[in-house]
Amino acid sequence: MRSPDLGAAARPEGVPPMRRTVLEAVGLHRAFGGVQAVDDVSFTLAEGGSLGIVGGSGSGKTTTARIVAGLERADSGRVLVHRRDRGEHRRGRAHRLARAREVQLVFQDPYLSLDPRTTVGAALRETLRLHFPGADHPRRIAELLDQVGLGEREADALPRQLSGGQRQRVAIARALAVEPAVLVLDEAVAALDVSVQAQILNLLAGIRERTRIGYLFITHDLGVVRCVTDDVIVMRQGRIVESGRTADVLARPRHAYTRLLLDSVPRPGWDPRSIAAARRALAEMS
Amino acid sequence: MTVLDIRAYHLRLPDTARSVLVGVDLTVAAGETVALVGESGSGKSLTSRSVLGLLPDGAATAGAVRVDGEDVLAMTPDRLRRLRTGTAAMVFQDPRAAVNPLRRLGDFLTEGVRLGGRLTAAAAAERAAGMLDAVGLPASVLGRYPGQVSGGMLQRVMIAAALMGEPALLLADEPTTALDVTTQAEVVALLADLRERFGTGLLFVTHDLGLAAAISDRVYVMYAGRIVETGPAGELFDRPRHPYTAALLASTPRPDAPGGRLTAIEGRPPGLREELTGCPFAPRCPLVTDLCRRQEPALRPAGAGPGHRSACHHGDRTGEEATHAQS
Amino acid sequence: MTAALLRRPGLARLRTTRAPLHRTCLAFVALVVLAALLAPWLAPHDPNTVDLGDALAGPSADHLLGVDASGRDTLSRLVTGARTSLLGPLGVVAFSTLAGVAVGITAAWRGGPLDSVLSRGTELVFAFPGLLLAILIVSVYGEGLLAPVLALAVAYLPYVSRLTRSLVLAERARPYVEAYRVQGHSGLQICLRHVLPGIAPVLLAQATVNFGYALIDLAGLSFLGLGVPALTPDWGRMVFDGQSAVQHGYPLSAVLPCLAIVLTVVAFNVVGERRADLVAGRDR
Repeated sequence: MRSPDLGAAARPEGVPPMRRTVLEAVGLHRAFGGVQAVDDVSFTLAEGGSLGIVGGSGSGKTTTARIVAGLERADSGRVLVHRRDRGEHRRGRAHRLARAREVQLVFQDPYLSLDPRTTVGAALRETLRLHFPGADHPRRIAELLDQVGLGEREADALPRQLSGGQRQRVAIARALAVEPAVLVLDEAVAALDVSVQAQILNLLAGIRERTRIGYLFITHDLGVVRCVTDDVIVMRQGRIVESGRTADVLARPRHAYTRLLLDSVPRPGWDPRSIAAARRALAEMS
Repeated sequence: MTVLDIRAYHLRLPDTARSVLVGVDLTVAAGETVALVGESGSGKSLTSRSVLGLLPDGAATAGAVRVDGEDVLAMTPDRLRRLRTGTAAMVFQDPRAAVNPLRRLGDFLTEGVRLGGRLTAAAAAERAAGMLDAVGLPASVLGRYPGQVSGGMLQRVMIAAALMGEPALLLADEPTTALDVTTQAEVVALLADLRERFGTGLLFVTHDLGLAAAISDRVYVMYAGRIVETGPAGELFDRPRHPYTAALLASTPRPDAPGGRLTAIEGRPPGLREELTGCPFAPRCPLVTDLCRRQEPALRPAGAGPGHRSACHHGDRTGEEATHAQS
Repeated sequence: MTAALLRRPGLARLRTTRAPLHRTCLAFVALVVLAALLAPWLAPHDPNTVDLGDALAGPSADHLLGVDASGRDTLSRLVTGARTSLLGPLGVVAFSTLAGVAVGITAAWRGGPLDSVLSRGTELVFAFPGLLLAILIVSVYGEGLLAPVLALAVAYLPYVSRLTRSLVLAERARPYVEAYRVQGHSGLQICLRHVLPGIAPVLLAQATVNFGYALIDLAGLSFLGLGVPALTPDWGRMVFDGQSAVQHGYPLSAVLPCLAIVLTVVAFNVVGERRADLVAGRDR
């Protein structure tokens, strides 16, 4: 059940709204030792859109996410947010803060992505003090916690007193506190229980509806990508092998690897043996 | 023949307000694959570990856990050792954490059966090579170190190691969670093959409902340390008879589902410091009534088949809700 | 933290996990520190008063631990000696820890060529045995506490900086530190506000252990006649001064300061290692 598109009335039937591109990756390359982890990767993300990157391990999806977030440097290629090249590495506080407001990141592991010695409220305050020094911090902290479904009790808690789902909500709140243009979610729900995962996915969908943040969602789980993204790119061994609207790619996959990924999802009538054979065939092909 | 028979099993840990496992009844027959499904805190891992007698310090137990007829809870340490290297074997979630990185895989494979001189070194090595072949790996792996093989290959070595003692019962605790999604299929196929070949019973612990539905004959669903529903896999997932099972199914995202919001269950499972009255799922259940809050439902027959049981006062109504949600 | 604490093999065999041992050592450390702080009020006699008529007398009501070859009261000298004996190592540890942590953090955080330069530099210092370096410096600058303290501090610096570097490298790779980088905090802010408090327990444990070793090294220097000036009541110096007394068959004035050194060093080691074990246990 999608919430209605508010611009629908003004456009002809069936034509998707033209949105500004907020994030653009052009020809990214990155090698580690002799291995090409990211090989000529390009994609765009529209404002308020949601792009998924799927693939198995070694596909390069996490490295791509880290390049976009600024934790890794690409060997070549550019990442543009609002047409501004993120790769220009200039020193200085203003530049550092501006880059942070372009892209924020939510990590996979809820147990390691928060400082164990800092309370939730203090962590949020740190972020607010850094980016919005003059603002009303207590009010904004309450707002952020409310936005992610947490309350005052959690504000005074240390990370170890919270569950995995709660910590992930804190991580999302902290990323949102910066008011970024793009939110990168690197397997952000992979470590959570199914029921908690559903809550967080719903939360993310809600946030996207209310703000104009674009999501870059890295995952290996095709069910999750179906649920939370509009478009998807499929990566294998550093390269993009397929891309398009999520619904289309999952319903009518064109590349053998995409088909292999889909077949690997367990369901009644599933034949795991045929997958092993398909996997070997694919390996021989490339 | 029943290889695993857990009967009225209670487990209590020190410093907790309630028992961590309550009245667990579970059976696995030879050649059967049984899935034990639950989320964090449901008690599924503790249950599978109890089968090997791997209990945390200070644990108090009641009931019986019988492997091949013998009660594990009453075993001497010596007998337990023989159990773990012979009758029952476990494959853990993270193969890299389960193996000594400084020793060769050949040593790892043979050490269990060589304990107490059950097999000579030569015989053990031969069997190890045979097991590696059964899991689709070359004998050269015997000479390699864990760091030299991939995650998927290492998990297959773990499975080979588990089978070395020719166990009657194989326990797998989330064996594919740490693996790549395409490797997962291979490992599952392997387990199915081996089950057929050796006639071992398999208890497969997982949080992945889809996986459980796809590979098991029967399923047990756990919540708050109790079995809340059990039955044949196909029937249980087609028409669940417990609101928790139905809710889990509804909140699992699938690639072939229509996009949009998932029906998520509000709240969280009860912690160990909370006392429980009535049904443990009552605070989160869409079908809850006063009866549910007062009286804990017993596991009673529900649904079509004989083996299908559910611990719910309103199990019949669940069926309708579930099919409605899935269509 | 998987970085191992640096300790000398012999003392490491001492079981530090048993609580009564730890409590005793902690009490002893407290005792010694108190003696050092309250020395002027605790010492029954002036430690430097010479009374040749009474030389080398055994324990008596007036002099509880006897007197040394110059008639000075051993107990008073022990108590007053605690001051210099502890002050020196304190200086060594303070300087080497502060400088070592700074070097280690910079090397680990910045990485690249700066790390190479700093690491190679500290390895060079490793090559010099601390004691020899101290002797060299003292022979150039003469007697006094400052020169050997600085020399030893420089010799201890690489141990601290190497430990710090490996700890910071490990912390730097953790997701929460990466999260702070993405959030836009500067490297310095992250190091000071988050990384340093995280690694501080291990560093403090190492510093406590280093204190013991610095004590031995400085006492050794004093024993060799280098280090503190001749008349200072300092345990190492007292052993030096008591050499002739031992030869004459009155060992008390030399043995007691020796015992004081040994017990204090062992006590500091046990306390330091206990802290390290607690930290390691907590992180598991």
